[in-house]
Amino acid sequence: MAHQHSVAPAVAPAAAPAIPAAPGALARFLDGDVWHSFKNSPVAIIAAVIATLCVVCALFANWLAPHNPLDLATLELMDARLPPAWEAEGKAKYLLGTDDQGRDILSALMYGSRISLFVGLASVVVSVVIGVGLGLLSGFVGGRVDAFIMRVCDVMLSFPSILIALLIDGVGRAMFPNAHDTLAFTVLIIAISLTGWVQYARTVRGSTLVERQKEYVQAARVIGVSPARIMRRHVLPNVLGPVLVLATIHVATAIITEATLSFLGVGVPPTSPSLGTLIRVGQDFLFSGEWWITIFPGLVLIMIALSVNLLGDWLRDALNPRLR
Amino acid sequence: MAAPLLEVSHLRVEFPTRRGTLRALDDISFDIAPGEILGVVGESGAGKSLTGAAIIGLLEPPGRIAAGEIRLAGQRIDNLSQQQMRTIRGRHIGAIFQDPLTSLNPLVTIGQQLIETIQVHLKVSHEQARQRAIRLLQETGIPAAEQRIDQYPHQFSGGMRQRVVIALALAAEPKLIVADEPTTALDVSIQAQIISLLKRLTKDHGAAVMLVTHDMGVIAESCDRVAVMYAGRIAEIGPVAEVIHRPKHPYTVGLMGSIPSMDIDRERLMQIDGAMPRLTAIPSGCAFNPRCPRVFERCRTERPDLMIAGATRAACWLVANDNKVNA
Amino acid sequence: MLAFILRRLIQAMIVMVTVAFIAFMLFQYVGDPVTNLLGQDATPQQREALRRDLGLDQPFFVQFAKFAVNAAQGEFGLSLRQGRKVSVLIAERFPATLELATVAALLGLLLGIPLGVYAALKRGSFMSQVVMTGSLLGVSLPNFLIGILLILVFAVQLKWLPSFGRGDVVSFGNLSTGLFTIDGLKHLVLPAFTLSLFPMTLVLRLVRSEMLEVLRTDYIKFARARGLPDRSVYFRHALKNTLVPVITIAGLQLGAIIAFAIVTETVFQWPGMGLLFIQAVQFADIPVMAAYLCLIALIFVTINLVVDLLYFAVDPRLRIERSAAGH
Repeated sequence: MAHQHSVAPAVAPAAAPAIPAAPGALARFLDGDVWHSFKNSPVAIIAAVIATLCVVCALFANWLAPHNPLDLATLELMDARLPPAWEAEGKAKYLLGTDDQGRDILSALMYGSRISLFVGLASVVVSVVIGVGLGLLSGFVGGRVDAFIMRVCDVMLSFPSILIALLIDGVGRAMFPNAHDTLAFTVLIIAISLTGWVQYARTVRGSTLVERQKEYVQAARVIGVSPARIMRRHVLPNVLGPVLVLATIHVATAIITEATLSFLGVGVPPTSPSLGTLIRVGQDFLFSGEWWITIFPGLVLIMIALSVNLLGDWLRDALNPRLR
Repeated sequence: MAAPLLEVSHLRVEFPTRRGTLRALDDISFDIAPGEILGVVGESGAGKSLTGAAIIGLLEPPGRIAAGEIRLAGQRIDNLSQQQMRTIRGRHIGAIFQDPLTSLNPLVTIGQQLIETIQVHLKVSHEQARQRAIRLLQETGIPAAEQRIDQYPHQFSGGMRQRVVIALALAAEPKLIVADEPTTALDVSIQAQIISLLKRLTKDHGAAVMLVTHDMGVIAESCDRVAVMYAGRIAEIGPVAEVIHRPKHPYTVGLMGSIPSMDIDRERLMQIDGAMPRLTAIPSGCAFNPRCPRVFERCRTERPDLMIAGATRAACWLVANDNKVNA
Repeated sequence: MLAFILRRLIQAMIVMVTVAFIAFMLFQYVGDPVTNLLGQDATPQQREALRRDLGLDQPFFVQFAKFAVNAAQGEFGLSLRQGRKVSVLIAERFPATLELATVAALLGLLLGIPLGVYAALKRGSFMSQVVMTGSLLGVSLPNFLIGILLILVFAVQLKWLPSFGRGDVVSFGNLSTGLFTIDGLKHLVLPAFTLSLFPMTLVLRLVRSEMLEVLRTDYIKFARARGLPDRSVYFRHALKNTLVPVITIAGLQLGAIIAFAIVTETVFQWPGMGLLFIQAVQFADIPVMAAYLCLIALIFVTINLVVDLLYFAVDPRLRIERSAAGH
């Protein structure tokens, strides 16, 4: 055989028919595989509902919570250590019981969730910004900058996140021994976000490298379009899918990290207790039988983390064409 | 005339998807005689690989055989359980896939892979299996087989690996080999060697081959008969020389005409307007009718079966009308 | 291969030096190094003497070099909180953490791998869904919460197991272990199980996803096409290929376990290095923090190196030089 005789015949383009108007973005989304996969996955729907519920309770805690646990004036020490309302000594006023200071557990949960969610989300946002930014830079500029950033990523990845967060927190504590709340929160958020940015940097760098080789990017560079613009308009949209999946799962991780740090006593300041703080406080009462002080915050934490994780899992499967 | 080794009758393979059921193979029928080499040719997506997968029982779910029969030496094999199919595979039907790079387990020596296959199907000792494996490697032209048998796949070049794959397929002496694009991933210079090796070995071992490819040159060199597939159906089937030189189906005519040739002076290569339809949008009647230069009313409404047209069989109403199709 | 080891050693050195540098910065600039070394109760004369001894007026790199030399010998001064030598404190606590981490790691592997294989092979079955949901819980639930729940059930309600401390230990020189006493074992159960859950679920999910990927490869398809029985396909071929990447990740998990031990030790008041570290962070006890950091870095770097070597031992593609490839 001297030549490879391919069987596919040459194809002549057919006459172009009249092109109908392209459907809008919302219509395309609703028709698309992602929404279809969502509708068909009871797990995803339940997870979304639970997550939304928690977020709403947290956001509107001021209006929804029956009591204000942070306002010392409203606390009645006589009502301390009451079990949940459905038990014998419980009172209907305090649906989930009270702690040793008379604070209503249900309200504390709502306010606590708010703190937890706030820190978690803020950390993820900062993480995404740092990670995506460094990833774009690394992929686009290449060379020494890229090598350096990747080295840093490697080193950071080999350390467990909790350690990094603890270290930064510890250093912050040592540097600012009498920090007020805002500073404490900032240090905490920075600590948590520095533990998670690497995954975004790597993913974005990978996509940037791929896009950079493509001809339309090279053409744009030849014309003189600035690299920043290319990165923003072409690379970024391609990368958002995986970043979204990572970020969703990361929210759960960030919330858990914050809860762990607060549980260990090195997280949020004691004046703004998060779910982790509540659990820590409650652990002391386990042996005296007052389980509700620690268990309910724990359950809420589990619900939030689980539902966000499930959403993230579903999103990953929905966006992955290979798994279908 | 000897009884056919493989009989495929009215085979239909479907893929249920959320957009509806796709019919990937629609009423395929053909035979393979013992020792003959049948080529199956067609564009990407025509269903050639699926036919092979259906025969060896390795259709990827959700694909399934929805109708029809497959008989090997008279016995039905399409309705066997996985357990039973396993005894057929390797022992009675061998398979060769396209990419020798990924066909071999990189963490296991080729000797171990050969010996394991031999011992599963033939009751021999480890030492006998090893000797047999060495002989097979020598037959497939691997130099220094006794040393190389203990090497890993990555230590062989692409062509060498495909020879190992052929050895593996022949290890248990099957009577039928399904070869799915065995040369597509290889350099052109190696392709000829592998094809001639395949021809020689299958003749020596008395095995028939179903050779799936999109390369007409390979078909012309090696096959006795050829089946042309289009959109999940067989358009034409017959002896190689006949199909190439005297095609009856307009699709086959177009194919042969689009191949550049050294001996015939052609100003332009023939081209067929349009493209093979997607599985979700197969036209009614003859699947080729939107693109056929000789289409008429009946083509659009009734689907033609394979009909005798001289030395070949073609699924075309023109043949039924006994018109000459050759341009 | 020698070049590879050398390169990794150099990388390890670079990491260690970087970490030492960070620890040094902590020591010097966060808090007072003199206080770090002498404790809170030193007299002004002692401080002055030490300042001169330390050469705090010396150039930066000299100070760093001195610190590094000290650190390499394990000399980190006195704990601010306890006033005792940091090196002694850590040596006291290390065996407890090591014991906890090792048992947890073993548990994680011994349970995670089989469960992962099961979940992959019986994909879609009810039990595998249960396993996968369980693994999701393991990843979503924070370590400390699981510990608390276990305490609630097994220590408070059922009163089967103790909820804090280490119990009776047997000492061999500097090393002490609770493995040889019933009481010690009882104390070990809950913390070790809690700590093992995270690596277990990670290994489980990893093994499952790797195995599913491997089961989709061409060489597995080819193995099936050769008629190899399921047992061979799954356990001789697929499992082997699955475990190779799992080894690296599982090995790296050992380092994470030692770090996560911080949380578990806090929940169960297990007298290990982690508890020491947390108390140091709460107290801003810089010398202990710096020492812990360096030790952890050393452990990590060593584990990474060992895992890399393991990879070499297991994957033949990295091991054997490519021999001359013929056709």
